[in-house]
Amino acid sequence: MSPLERLTDRVRAQLPGAAVITDPSRLRTYECDGLSHYRATPALVVLPEDVDQLAAVVGACAELGVPYVARGSGTGLSGGALPHTEGVLVVTSRMRSVREVRPEDQRAVVEPGVINLDVTRAATPHGYYYAPDPSSQQVCSIGGNVAENSGGAHCLKYGFTTNHVTGVEMVSPDGEVVRLGGDAPDAPGYDLLGAVVGSEGTLGVVTEVTVRLTRLPEHVVTVLAGFDSTDRAGAAVSAIIGAGIVPAAIEMMDALAIEAAEAAVHCEYPEGAGAVLVIELDGSQAEVEAEYDDVVQLCEKSAAFEIRTAVDPTERALIWKGRKSAFAAVGRISPDYIVQDGVIPRTALPEVLGRIAALSEESGVRVANVFHAGDGNLHPLVLFDDAVEGAGDAAEEVSRAILDLCIEHGGSITGEHGVGADKAAHMPKMFAADDLDTMQLVRCAFDPAHVSNPGKVFPTPRLCGEVPGRRKGAHPLQEAGLAEVF
Amino acid sequence: MGDAALTAEVDGVAVGEVATPCSTDEVAATLRGAAGGGRSVVVQGGGTKRTWAMPPRSADLLLDLSGMDRVVEHAAGDLIVTAQAGTPLAAVQEHVAAAGQRLLVDETIPGSTVGGVLATNASGPARLLAGTMRDLLIGVTMVRADGVVARAGGKVVKNVAGYDVGKLLVGSYGTLAVVTEATFRLHPVPPVRRWLTVPFGSATEAQRLVQDVLAAQVVPAALEVAVDGDARSVTLLLEGRGAGVDGRAQAAAGLLPGATSTEERPDGWGRYPWDPSATGDDRAVALKLTFRLSALADVLEAAADLAVRGSAGAGVLYASMSGDEPAAVAPVLTRLREVCGRHGGAVVVLDAPAAVKRTVDVWGPVPALDLMRRVKDEFDPDRRLAPGRFVGGI
Repeated sequence: MSPLERLTDRVRAQLPGAAVITDPSRLRTYECDGLSHYRATPALVVLPEDVDQLAAVVGACAELGVPYVARGSGTGLSGGALPHTEGVLVVTSRMRSVREVRPEDQRAVVEPGVINLDVTRAATPHGYYYAPDPSSQQVCSIGGNVAENSGGAHCLKYGFTTNHVTGVEMVSPDGEVVRLGGDAPDAPGYDLLGAVVGSEGTLGVVTEVTVRLTRLPEHVVTVLAGFDSTDRAGAAVSAIIGAGIVPAAIEMMDALAIEAAEAAVHCEYPEGAGAVLVIELDGSQAEVEAEYDDVVQLCEKSAAFEIRTAVDPTERALIWKGRKSAFAAVGRISPDYIVQDGVIPRTALPEVLGRIAALSEESGVRVANVFHAGDGNLHPLVLFDDAVEGAGDAAEEVSRAILDLCIEHGGSITGEHGVGADKAAHMPKMFAADDLDTMQLVRCAFDPAHVSNPGKVFPTPRLCGEVPGRRKGAHPLQEAGLAEVF
Repeated sequence: MGDAALTAEVDGVAVGEVATPCSTDEVAATLRGAAGGGRSVVVQGGGTKRTWAMPPRSADLLLDLSGMDRVVEHAAGDLIVTAQAGTPLAAVQEHVAAAGQRLLVDETIPGSTVGGVLATNASGPARLLAGTMRDLLIGVTMVRADGVVARAGGKVVKNVAGYDVGKLLVGSYGTLAVVTEATFRLHPVPPVRRWLTVPFGSATEAQRLVQDVLAAQVVPAALEVAVDGDARSVTLLLEGRGAGVDGRAQAAAGLLPGATSTEERPDGWGRYPWDPSATGDDRAVALKLTFRLSALADVLEAAADLAVRGSAGAGVLYASMSGDEPAAVAPVLTRLREVCGRHGGAVVVLDAPAAVKRTVDVWGPVPALDLMRRVKDEFDPDRRLAPGRFVGGI
């Protein structure tokens, strides 16, 4: 019997029948996450209902040397939840209860399969919400958010998942259930929680998450400002930040992105705009009103030709509609597209946008720009038609060149989508070999056998145990688990 | 060489030799040498928290980073600063203040360096608004125990490429690697800062005041509680634009009746409730208490005889008691650990006279200790970096 067959037998004995999927046609429905051009059918899918079942599966994987990949809602955009063809896909979607909402402690305790927006829904009656708001928040899971350290439009002011998770219960790659952090901050010892959040499922699977709840703001104002160029819009962003204002969000869209959004959702953004900014201010009424006057003035000084202000939820939703639909809307003007996720220092925005425009012109590949302008997180949408021979390759090349631009300007290859399977090969451009080696010391501490989401994040795995003076031996099984899918 | 009188010992442990490297490369060369000789290494910046936690088992080499005191880069438009580890926090603040910016962490002990605050994850009132070093650090240069130089994170705030090794180093007391440079996100200095202070009677009343402020819409920048004998107060800090602070102060006045208001930083703001300049047996027993927010009254009751100050709005308090009678400390510690533990937190002895450290468990119960030991084994397999200083004898 192969290790996988033995594993399947063990799992069947320990989990309810419906929680174990081996039927090939059903397995195929799990072949990709949100980055759908990477596909791999898992050998086995399990849907545990509680921590004991999940620990039993991971424990069996550890013992038999079978790789596993954890997955929440499967909305990730870097192939982080791409299955392993000879491994198990552990799906947390049946672990979706909101266990506790405690406004007096500003905490909620949820299972990993709980949908991001459902945490806010549970907290809203108490006057609180869960701040990280990735654009997929209606479908993405908290477990996935923890794995990816998800951000969102409002992380400029409020930070990322890592700033809002105070504790987890997790199953480590050897099948042990451990607790990191809790209700209180600053747990004694190493901040393992800080390492686990954003580790893309390579250090274990979280089975319960304690999150910080944030007081709902008293007042929210959303401003839509039209400019004739991205340079002018960029100048307005610099002026706002330079004035000491930290808005909840500052988003920018360029002409092509606006055109796509108009075609899809008729958001009626200012006509003829070369760029729009969506600026959101939130907080106490008195503070927001004071900041609002300054923001309008600074936009006008940067030659905004039209400024609209929304104070009620319906008007605000109208402004956000164009921005939030941008990715999908691009489908209206192009049959295929690549969403890129690079980061640059915000002050390099004009220079980098100019270079992207030049890249686009030279290659004939259209690029629509949508981004979190406040923190320099670019989401260029590289458009192509896969039916045209070579178009996909040309788009890939432009997409790669944009990442190189980000690195060249001291930025990052990913601001919120993660490295996953997609960008592992880019990691050596951003980090030296010793940097990657050091990161993998953490991996070796948690998962020396490389069974937890192998092949992701790092281009070449560190052979744990190769350092002179180490006490552990090498693990021959890991080689099998390391087989690259791509 | 550093000041011989200061560096001859670390918390009672004799130092073999002192090195004062001035660059990451020099630190790397020194650590390679120490690795070759199998020597233990203890790192120090300003030395203000040198005796915190357990004394090291040995200190063959004291790495004095006070010569690495340069602000390497301040990109004002990008709201980031990079400084060498030995740079005094005050020097960083002065540098970035020229652009109307600040590194949003308190100098809880005068003379603290960037690296020292990072290594101990020391924090003050500002943590309510911006968290601690763990939340402000975006990039780090470190030298490993084997002398290898490595970097993690970067120069942009939003970045999920690779593991967040920086977070592991924050609060690791120099037991994983030597941080030589760090990059932080900055925040704007607000035009107006206003402190509202109100005395309270019972612990229950303090909790009610704190909960009322948190539940209101005044957006506190800090929410502190202080107990020193009969002087007991809650202080709310409001920051922002003039008109905004006025509006919020008005709302807050209704919650904190009789509060006094000032735009001058109150005495002792952001400082610990003990004298950090005391040394040896003169040191107080310095405690850090954490708990869930709704447990403030229980924790204040349990610490009734102690001097207390801290971030009531974040669930972190500092407390001190005399260390003159070591035998008297253990029962207090046990009582506080029972209460904080029951309320989702912990109690750590940050510093104390040697006789106290010998008789109590400085770190208390630490979950996931096995994983922590495995991390230590990977980073420092020969256990030469500040051996014994950290949790579980790490």
